Amino acid sequence: MTGDERESAPVLTLRDVRAELGGRPVLRGIDLSVRPGEVVALLGANGSGKSTAVRTAIGQVPATSGAVELFGTPLRSFRDWARVGYVPQRTSAAGGVPATVSEIVSSGRLARTRFGFFRKADREAVQRALELVGMADRARDSVTALSGGQHQRVLIARALVSEPELLIMDEPMAGVDLASQEVLAATLREQVAAGATVLLVLHELGPLEPLIDRAVVLRDGCVLHDGPPPKAVGQHALPGHDHVHPHAGAEPIRTGLLS
Amino acid sequence: MDFLNYAFMQRALLAAVLVGVIAPAIGIYLVQRRQPLMGDGIGHVAMTGVGLGFLLNSSPVWMATLVSVAGSVLMELIRWYGRTRGDIALAMLFYGGMAGGVLFVNLAPGGSNANLTSYLFGSLSTVAPADVTAILVLGAAVVAVTLGLRRQLFAVSQDEEFARVTGLPVRALNLLVAVTAAVTVTVAMRVVGLILVSALMVVPVAAAQQLTRSFAATFAIAVALGVTVSIGGTITSFYEDVPPGATIVLLTIAAFAVMTALATPLARRRARATRPTGDPVECAIPATRPAGDEVGV
Repeated sequence: MTGDERESAPVLTLRDVRAELGGRPVLRGIDLSVRPGEVVALLGANGSGKSTAVRTAIGQVPATSGAVELFGTPLRSFRDWARVGYVPQRTSAAGGVPATVSEIVSSGRLARTRFGFFRKADREAVQRALELVGMADRARDSVTALSGGQHQRVLIARALVSEPELLIMDEPMAGVDLASQEVLAATLREQVAAGATVLLVLHELGPLEPLIDRAVVLRDGCVLHDGPPPKAVGQHALPGHDHVHPHAGAEPIRTGLLS
Repeated sequence: MDFLNYAFMQRALLAAVLVGVIAPAIGIYLVQRRQPLMGDGIGHVAMTGVGLGFLLNSSPVWMATLVSVAGSVLMELIRWYGRTRGDIALAMLFYGGMAGGVLFVNLAPGGSNANLTSYLFGSLSTVAPADVTAILVLGAAVVAVTLGLRRQLFAVSQDEEFARVTGLPVRALNLLVAVTAAVTVTVAMRVVGLILVSALMVVPVAAAQQLTRSFAATFAIAVALGVTVSIGGTITSFYEDVPPGATIVLLTIAAFAVMTALATPLARRRARATRPTGDPVECAIPATRPAGDEVGV
């Protein structure tokens, strides 16, 4: 393998992957490949299989056939999990017992420390991840005191704290307030600028649109489109549809009913 | 302090302190993963072990440990493979375990439900001299697991799906929690009794989290509370001749009530402190212009 090939070898590959949930086929033969430094959005309607596709890619849902590879290693024998940062689809970071922002984010560092000691370098990584998402001042607060957008920022910090090369995010913008959407877009822009590879499940492109290199659209568990992000059509293109573009200037342009 | 002169009280107090530490220490992970009643389930399954112990004329305590470990592993397996009917399967395990205990103890020669009473509700005299070493070894193992692996168990109990992507052996850790809970139940059985053991795993945690914001503080306060009520209940039962289990549980619930009462003003003060400065407290709705199609009558 030459240096060039290694450089462009995909970090994530799905080949003819099929998966089912409760006996119902959800993925019917998906091909997906994400190359280093790429930002790929997985789009599609509810039930099209986008969440199942990323959950199959990281082994949460077993593939009934086909091949999944992470960094060129078959998923079954992949062990280097610190290279993968995962943001599951959640509306809350809270569990059944109170936990602080810093405690939640620290749990992401286990990808590197495993069963070893939590050292100074690890505490510094937690601090850096919190600063990246603008939550350093809330480190000692309970997560139950946070807004929906702040929960999402905590979940992203938890994924970033292992300093991953591939970031997989499932609907990171769901239920997120405007201020947090802007922080998240800025965080992602920094990660991409630093060379991270990103696979995002999105309901719509929204504020992340300018970052996205490629969009893969799913329908009924099949890939419908794989290429440049689609332009907004139908009601999404209407002036009344409120898309917020943080890159468009200091004051976001809002054309929705409430503006 | 004359109760300290009795050897059975020394043993009971030793067991009480240990149970006060380990029950909330493992219970916090069960509460965190929203399965607070798992300890209750294990307690019911352990009854079959006690019954078998009488029937086979072996130690009820060791049989209870064996059967409840097996039962907890079975519960964990049900959780993995039978998500949809998991609650029904657990219910069967609960009632099956209890029915098995009653059946086996009555099948034993000269056995009756009366033999079960001290295991069901705890008794100061259940801690036999031979048990002290076993209690200390098992208790130390539970402390080592719950404290030594606190970061890993926290991650798995907080968000199982995420923990799997960090590369942690999630299934092994879940099994470890289940087995540790089973061991805790059988250690606690002698003091609190099988029916009430789950209360000491759950209520101190519930009481502590009325006041806390972090997992670490919840853990520390729950354990401190567990030890306090266990010692308090054991001593009370010595003087008043009441079962220690019931006394300990009622003391724990009283502590929960006190902490809840303390929590309300504390939460209000914290909310004030964390509110960002300049954030409006009250709503200001701008006056709207009348709609174009509004018709004056």
